[in-house]
Amino acid sequence: MSLWEYANPKRFMSWTAPVLPWAFGLAGLCLVTGLIWGFFFTPDDYRQGSTVKIIYLHVPSALMAINAWIMMLVASLIWLVRRHHVSALAAKAAAPVGITMTLIALMTGAIWGQPMWGTYWAWDPRLTSFLILFLFYLGYMALWAAIDDPDTAADLTSVLCMVGSVFALLSRYAVNFWNQGLHQGASLSLDKEENVADVFFQPLLLSIAGFVLLFFALVLLRTRTEIRSRRVRALQMRESRS
Amino acid sequence: MIALLLRDLRLATRAGGGFGLGLVFFLIVVVLVPFGVGPETAVLSKIASGILWVAALLAALLSLDRIFALDHEDGALTLLATAPIPLEMVGVAKAIAHWLTTGLPLSIAAPILGVLLQLQSSAYVFVAMTLLLGTPALSMIGTFGAALTVGIRRGGLLLSLLVLPLYVPTLIFGAEAVRRGAQGLDATTPLLMLGGITAGSFALLPFATAAVLRINLR
Repeated sequence: MSLWEYANPKRFMSWTAPVLPWAFGLAGLCLVTGLIWGFFFTPDDYRQGSTVKIIYLHVPSALMAINAWIMMLVASLIWLVRRHHVSALAAKAAAPVGITMTLIALMTGAIWGQPMWGTYWAWDPRLTSFLILFLFYLGYMALWAAIDDPDTAADLTSVLCMVGSVFALLSRYAVNFWNQGLHQGASLSLDKEENVADVFFQPLLLSIAGFVLLFFALVLLRTRTEIRSRRVRALQMRESRS
Repeated sequence: MIALLLRDLRLATRAGGGFGLGLVFFLIVVVLVPFGVGPETAVLSKIASGILWVAALLAALLSLDRIFALDHEDGALTLLATAPIPLEMVGVAKAIAHWLTTGLPLSIAAPILGVLLQLQSSAYVFVAMTLLLGTPALSMIGTFGAALTVGIRRGGLLLSLLVLPLYVPTLIFGAEAVRRGAQGLDATTPLLMLGGITAGSFALLPFATAAVLRINLR
């Protein structure tokens, strides 16, 4: 019994069916408690006032925006190496969720930036690299949508995802080089002395967990939908042939 | 491979090959910009190097879909795939041919058109140098994009959507080198990075290009 057997579409459908409600339930629970705790039961920051509370949406969504791309990269690699169809479909399913996370991060950042920095948008390295990530997501999804044959589409998008990852990483550092930052540095690192204060950190951790679970649940749901639509397609082709 | 290169060059330069189109497009963009931002000398000379880079990038983009599309239509691409030279080298030859017909003339024309944009005199050398160094990377990345979209009808718009984000690092380092060079600062780092991107693209992207072509020809 190896791990790969779970990638069999039929087996995938059968184990995800019971997992899915739990994933959604847990995601909802974490998000609701994390956000309510964060919004109503934490003090205002002494300089940022209540605007600091957008951190509970901004940080988790930004994290998931990047992690979604990494997950797509891993799924693409698995598809290219082992040719598990579920893997390719999971990569396809993750892209719209990832792009939504990117948008949420950009939007909440802009809303926070207006009172704090005095501008919705600045060509700061972090902001710019997120915008570029957004463009990469757009290209990836557009390529999926443009090709009829599912296997060709999976192959081409996988290669694009790999090449895109290299260039996205390159852009990240190029952008750093290009302009000085307005965005604060990392304040959630494990190895740093000065992190975000515990009052903010605990609900933040909960909402990050909520976003991870939400991402997991949404990707599962979308993958299941993709598998079903693939089945419908196969049935229709068989129908039209006979 | 050299035969393929020469064939592509001949096809591009003869009637209907679209050799001059990129250059003319470049000229038109450069002429249009002052209408958009106003004719003040100070403003123009400040943005001139950036305009030249962006215009060169767009001009290179314009002719990308020709790289494989025509060969795909008449079946020449299938022949190339079964030819004794590896498909990777076909990609390289195509990229070089594309560069010789767009990147090289653009690099030569850019300093001349810089006059129209009040380009600072100290920046002429840098504009030509960075374009010479950077446009091969644009051609190679574009060849990959063209290979990716070769099987798609009306893939031109999709091609630009896929390729333009990949152009970001090249553009950043190219424009940054010109900016630093024009101000008399040390431009070694961006120049090295630009050369690194070009060398890296030519080292790695041919494999991706060939892989994508094989998938598309399946």
